[in-house]
Formats: sequence, structure tokens, C-alpha cells
Amino acid sequence: MAVPFAFFALFFAYPVVAIVGRGLKNGAQWQLGRFGDVVTDPDVVHVLWFTVWQAAASTGLTLLIALPGAYAFARFDFPGKQLLRAVVAVPFVLPTVVVGSAFLALLGRGGLLDDLWGIRLDTSVWAILLAHVFFNYAVVVRTVGGLWGQLDPRQEEAARVLGAGRFAAWRRVTLPALAPAVAAAALMVFLFTFTSFGVVQILGGPTFSTLEVEIYRQTADFLDLPTAAVLTLIQFAAVLGVLALHAWTVRRRESALRLVDAARTARRPHGRGQWALLWGTLLVIAVLLIAPLAVLVERSFAGPDGYGTVFYASLRSAATADSTFAVAPLDALWNSLAYGAAATAIALVVGGLAAAALTLPRLRRGRSGRIPLVSRLVRGFDALLMLPLGVSAVTVGFGFLITLDRPPLDLRASWWLVPLAQALVGVPFVVRTMLPVLRAVDGRLREAAAVLGASPWRVWREVDLPLVRRALLIAAGFAFAVSLGEFGATVFIARPDQPTLPVAVARLLGRAGELNYGQAMALSTILMVVCAGALLLLERARTDHSGEF
Amino acid sequence: MTARHGTTAPRPPQLLRLGGVTVRFGASGRPALDAVDLDVAAHEIVCVLGPSGSGKSTLLRVVAGLQQADAGQVLLEGRNQAGVPTHRRGVGLMFQDHQLFPQRDVAGNVAFGLRMRGSSRTHQERTVAGLLDLVGLPGAQRRAVASLSGGEQQRVALARALAPSPRLLMLDEPLGQLDRGLRERLVVELRRLFHELGTTVLAVTHDQGEAFALADRVVVMQDGRIAQTGTPLEVWQRPATEFVARFLGFDNVVEATVQGEAAATPWGKVPVPDGTPDGPCRLLVRPAGVRLTSAAEGLPATVAARTFRGTHVALLLQPAGGPQVEAACALRDAPETGERVGIAFAAPDVVVLDAADG
Repeated sequence: MAVPFAFFALFFAYPVVAIVGRGLKNGAQWQLGRFGDVVTDPDVVHVLWFTVWQAAASTGLTLLIALPGAYAFARFDFPGKQLLRAVVAVPFVLPTVVVGSAFLALLGRGGLLDDLWGIRLDTSVWAILLAHVFFNYAVVVRTVGGLWGQLDPRQEEAARVLGAGRFAAWRRVTLPALAPAVAAAALMVFLFTFTSFGVVQILGGPTFSTLEVEIYRQTADFLDLPTAAVLTLIQFAAVLGVLALHAWTVRRRESALRLVDAARTARRPHGRGQWALLWGTLLVIAVLLIAPLAVLVERSFAGPDGYGTVFYASLRSAATADSTFAVAPLDALWNSLAYGAAATAIALVVGGLAAAALTLPRLRRGRSGRIPLVSRLVRGFDALLMLPLGVSAVTVGFGFLITLDRPPLDLRASWWLVPLAQALVGVPFVVRTMLPVLRAVDGRLREAAAVLGASPWRVWREVDLPLVRRALLIAAGFAFAVSLGEFGATVFIARPDQPTLPVAVARLLGRAGELNYGQAMALSTILMVVCAGALLLLERARTDHSGEF
Repeated sequence: MTARHGTTAPRPPQLLRLGGVTVRFGASGRPALDAVDLDVAAHEIVCVLGPSGSGKSTLLRVVAGLQQADAGQVLLEGRNQAGVPTHRRGVGLMFQDHQLFPQRDVAGNVAFGLRMRGSSRTHQERTVAGLLDLVGLPGAQRRAVASLSGGEQQRVALARALAPSPRLLMLDEPLGQLDRGLRERLVVELRRLFHELGTTVLAVTHDQGEAFALADRVVVMQDGRIAQTGTPLEVWQRPATEFVARFLGFDNVVEATVQGEAAATPWGKVPVPDGTPDGPCRLLVRPAGVRLTSAAEGLPATVAARTFRGTHVALLLQPAGGPQVEAACALRDAPETGERVGIAFAAPDVVVLDAADG
């Protein structure tokens, strides 16, 4: 308990509080007046409004497109389903930078649609919305579809026998059971799109800007810390609200449902309607999920003299179109892998300890049904662990720079700075993956081991560890993929001579020239392959309900 | 296995001694265990019997150290166990639903306790093989736990609990989940086994048949207190209170006022055993003590229901006045439903219950 708490206090709360404080303080004086100035600034109002509505629109669009997919994955049995489930999840762990460049390659200037029909969407809001759907399709399919697959179809059959029509049975029986899962998924999507950074940064151009992008601009371009601080606080408040709602719906989801083995509920589709639904889902996946990635790969090979590996070959030398790139872009791959491994280790230790602490037996509800104060505090901590997902990564990154640069914690020059920041984002995934499994371990198994003479430490090693090993692997994979793709914080704190893959991609995209663009596509492809590889490995180890993601 | 009853120092008279053990869940409300005193002698088989919620399982958990007592002491071989963690108490507990470790095979489960004590691999293998023979599953070492039937899991759980030779073996509803035939066979096997091994056993169950078949001594619990202690025969013949009587399935309990050799009840005069003090009391007539006579002679009654019980027929009789009377009668003599009969009571099957009871 103490370790994760200290970790969060030191590497999350302290930098964030420090940077917000620096923004809002003038000497020793709090300048709360800044709030009024910032909030009434028409530009800021515009950004706020855009952030909210694009998040809402993205969420709605994602639900609209992904819910039929969730049904298809839950109830239909078709060849290649396992593989497709893995493919659908790939975008979720892809770095935002890669997603941005993939959509740029599809919809942008000189992109595929531009070549074919002269259509460009990169300056329209549609590019952002579609990229968000691409990104979050898996969230809905996994959270809703996972539960849908386990709902006992006999419940609906019982309603049918009692005289309900097909639709009425679905509306009265299935929908109420699914509603909390749909709400939880929607809130997660809203949260991710509300704080969207890389996608909007690349696709939004000068026109569109979310809060997170605006924080970055104010901090990095204009050095206007007070405005950035106020924006951070606004985002923080919004995220807190969303998380509270999420926690509430998740608790509702825990209500007793009759769950069955998902493998037993899936059938081969029959009838024209069901086949149409399945093919429709496959089409959506092909167009929306696979096409952008395919185009990305295609562009990375489309050299100036026809297809070839020109861009890949050029990644190995530092001598690019201009010489400001201090190292060979390919070195970024090794940096990323090393950082990712370290961040995964940290996230596993911190997240694992936090999850273990959250499942300590004395924190469970007593027989009287009352929850002791300590437990309530710990449950609060549970929700706090999700915060790094929602707090501006830019703020965290900049906070790291200004707080961890003097004794006793002078980490500015330390190699560990980057993995520490990346682990922050990995921890929520570790906790979310481990918690359900740890909670499902029957407490009496531990008691049985204790009665047979196992000390508490042996109990953990002999009973808990073997049962959660699989979840631990999955958590590790998520943490690894997430830290590979982390951009918002890393872009601040990565040393110029040690860029990670996403940082290198962003730098290349930020420059003119065909070679830079091609190299960016090539690097993105490499990043995508590494992430997808990690995920596909996991999919083999995954059980159907080992986590919420 | 049997070598552990050493003949060293004189052993304390009681292996387990509970003194005033009290457990409360939540700040207020009825305690789960209310000042319970209980002794278990070495090699004795004691069975705690009671309805669900009477605190039986809590009792075992306190002895195992899985539940902290709010007051009172637990002594094992004369040593106070306060502050001794579960894994150092040297007791065994067989859980109600077995709690076999799903990721280990049968041998891995049975050897677990030995591994925790660091015994050698050869010793483990020998003990496991011996125990599996003993519980009737020879050669099952490599089988997966999930592939076992309920009865087999039961045997593996027993072997696992016995393997480290605990000084006290505790069983929580040991046969609860098994079907009737298997249960009756196993209970006999268990008793023979425990006597052979000289194991000291503290078991809890809600099934009176199981308790009476297994135990040297039965302890009946009610609402966290001990209602009666005695040999199975004593408890069966002389239930101490109305609660115990009703829990054992006896429903012929009425208000009575004793005067001399008989008591006045709503059923009329009922003979009482010699030496019963005069005054008001509660009276139990066991069904075997209800005799059927012709309608003209005894207490007139109508047969309200009859249930076939295999060896006899249970009759529910409705007298003209007072509550219904349960009677047992031989198959041949059983009257039809609705028939009019007479009732007479036999003194040896009449029990005077303690008045101090709800």
C-alpha cells in the first residue's frame, strides 16, 4: 500500500500540483483572478466547447458503429473470430501518433483518397472523429461484447416464452443487463477522446484544438503557465466527474447477473438479417480499422522511385534531409524498447502492489455490511489510480521537468525520468486487469493454505500468484504497449538525443520533405508492428473476462 | 502416521480448551459466539450440531486462528493461542466445500502441508501414497482436481488435512455436499479411520444423523451458546431443552403441570418418569411413546396425515383439544387418513424439559 501511494504522491501529485501552483501563484500571492480571465477568453471558450462536443460526437459515433460489432462478436461464431478479435484490439494500443499519421496517409494531402478522388478530410473534423472511432472501437466491443457474450440467452428465451416479441425481449431483458456496461464503455471512450492529444495535434491543424492540445501550446509555444494551469484544472475537474460516473456505473455492473461461458452462447449466424449484420461488421472493420493501417504500411514502402525499402534503409543514418536530428531515427526503436521494458517493470510492481492492497481481506465488507473508514479511503484510492489516464500528460511531463530537477530528487539528467512518466499511464491498466482476477480468488483458498501451515508470504506465492499469472502477463503487455505509445509526457522529457518512436515520428512529421514523411510512415509501421506483436502474443494468453479492457 | 502419540511428558488432560470465547460481527447485535466453554480430550471425536447461523463455523475459525475472538481464550495442549498465527497452530481444517487448489493435481494438494513444513520429497511421496490408499483413491496422484467427483474431492480434502498430522483435525460440514447413500457410507468409514489413527476431531454439522453416527460426544449449539453436551445416546434420549428437542425433530412438546406421577396437559393426563418434581414445565413425548388404542379408550383423535418412512409410518394425529400429536407406528398397524383412533402415552418416552428456554 505504501509503495504505490508514495509513487503516486511523488511522481504524479507533486509534479502536477507544483506546475499548477507555479502557474497560479505570483510570488506568494494566489492569482485566482486568472480563472475569470481565462474562462471568459473567447479562444478558450471555443476550445472548451470544441473539446466537449467532439468528445460527445466521437462517443456517439463509436457506440453507433461498434455496438452492432459487439453483438456480432458476442453471439456469432465464425471462422477467424479469435484472430479478428485480436486485430480489432490493435488500434487501441497503437500510439496516437501512429493513428494520426495513418489517417493522414488515408485522408490527408497526398493521401490515398486525395490521389484517387481528390478528397481531403484532414482539415475537417471528420478526420478526428473517424480516428477516435478507429481508436476506441475495441473498447466498446470488449466491454460490452464481453458481457453480452456471457449473458445467458435463456433469459431472453424465458421472456419469449412468456409472450414477449423478439425486440421486446431484447429491450426488457438484455438491454437493462447491458446498460451499465454500455454506460461504462461510453464513459471510457468519452474520457479518452476528451483528453485526446496526438490525434488532434496531427489531424486538427491550426483550426481544431482540444484542451490537452491547448495546454501543450500554452506551455511549450507561448510559455503561458497561468493559462495552462487553469486549463489543467478545468480538465482535471471534468475528468474527475467522468471518473466518478464511471466508478458508479462499474459498481452497478457488479450487480448479480446470470453469466455463462461465452463459448456456449455463440452460434453460427442464420437467416439473411444475421448474415447481413456479420458482413456489415466485417466491412466496417475492413474500411475503418484495417484500411488506415494498410495505407500507412503502403506509404512507408512507396519511395520516390516506386516501391522499395528506401525509407527504412534511410532510418539507419543520422544524416537526414536536415542535420538537426542528432541520432539515427532507428535508434528510437531501441530507446523505446528499453524505456518500455523499464516502465513495464515499474508499472507491474506499483500496480500489482496496489491491486494486492485493494484486495486485502480486511478491506472487504464485514458481515454487518458496513464499510470501515479505512476501506472507504482505499476504495477512493482505487478511483485515484485511474486519474493518470485523464490528467493532461503534457502537464505531467512539464511538471516532471520543473519539480524533479533539484536535490534530493534530481532526475532531470536521469535515464529513469521517461520510464517513470510512462509507468504512470501503465499503472491503471495493470490495476484494472489484475483487480477482477484477484477479487475472484476465493478467500477460503488462502485460509486453506494457512491452515496447512503456509505463512502469509507463502500463501501469496502458492495460491495467488499461480492464479493471477495469466492476468499478470496481460497486464505486462498492456503496460508495455501503452508506454511504447506514450507521447504527451515523453515529448517533454525525452532527451533530444534519446527520442522514443512516437517522438521521432512527430518530429519527422513536423518537417517538410518527402523523405521525412516517408520515414515517419516507416517508423510508424515499425511501431505498429511492435505493438501489434505484443498484443497478439497476449491474445493467446487471454481469457474472456480477465479484465475490463 | 500413528507414530505421533509419543509417551513423553504427561499430556494435559484436554487437547483443546475454549474458555468464554465470544465473537461479535459488527458493533451491536447478537454475538456469533457467546461465552462458549468447550473441552476436547485427546483422541476424542466431538461433533458440534446446530442449525445454520448458530455459530458452529465461527467456532472452528476461532480455533484455527482465522477469526479473532473478542473475548475468551483458546488453549491447545495447555498453551494459550492468542497471537499465534494460523499457520503455526498445527491444526487441520477441512472446509465445507473442500477448497482444493485448482491449479495443483491431487498429489500437489495432499502434499501441500508437508511442503510447508519442509519435509523431504521422498517422505512426501510416501505419505501421499499412503493417505490416498487410506481414503480409497490409490494411484490418483496425477489426476486433476477438476476431474474428481464430489465424493472423490471429499476424500482428497480429507487426505490433505490429515497429511501434516495435525494435533487437532477440524471438519466443517464434512459430508454436507454429498448424496445420502455416499454420506452414510463415508460417515462410518470416517469414524473407523479416526479411531484407527487416534485423531482428535472437532466437527461441525447441521445434520443430526451425521453427528450421532460420527461423534463420541455431541455439542448442540443455539444462537452462539451451547445448549446441551452429551453422548449421542444421552442427547437423543434426554434432550435438555425444547430447542434441542425440536431441532432433533421432536414436535410433541406441550405446557404441563406435574402433580405426582402424572402431568396435566392439553392432551389430558400424561404419565411422567419417577422423581419428577411437581410444578409447571414443558413436556416432550417422543413419537415412539405415543401408542394407538381404540377410539373409545384413550384420547380421541383423527388421523390428519400419514407419511411412509420406510421402516415405519409417521402419523399426524389431531386430538379434540390441544396441538397435533406425532406418532410412529408399524407398517401393518397404520390407520388410514381420516380414521378415528385413541391415544395413550408411555412414561419411558416422556421427557421433562428445562423451563429456562425460549
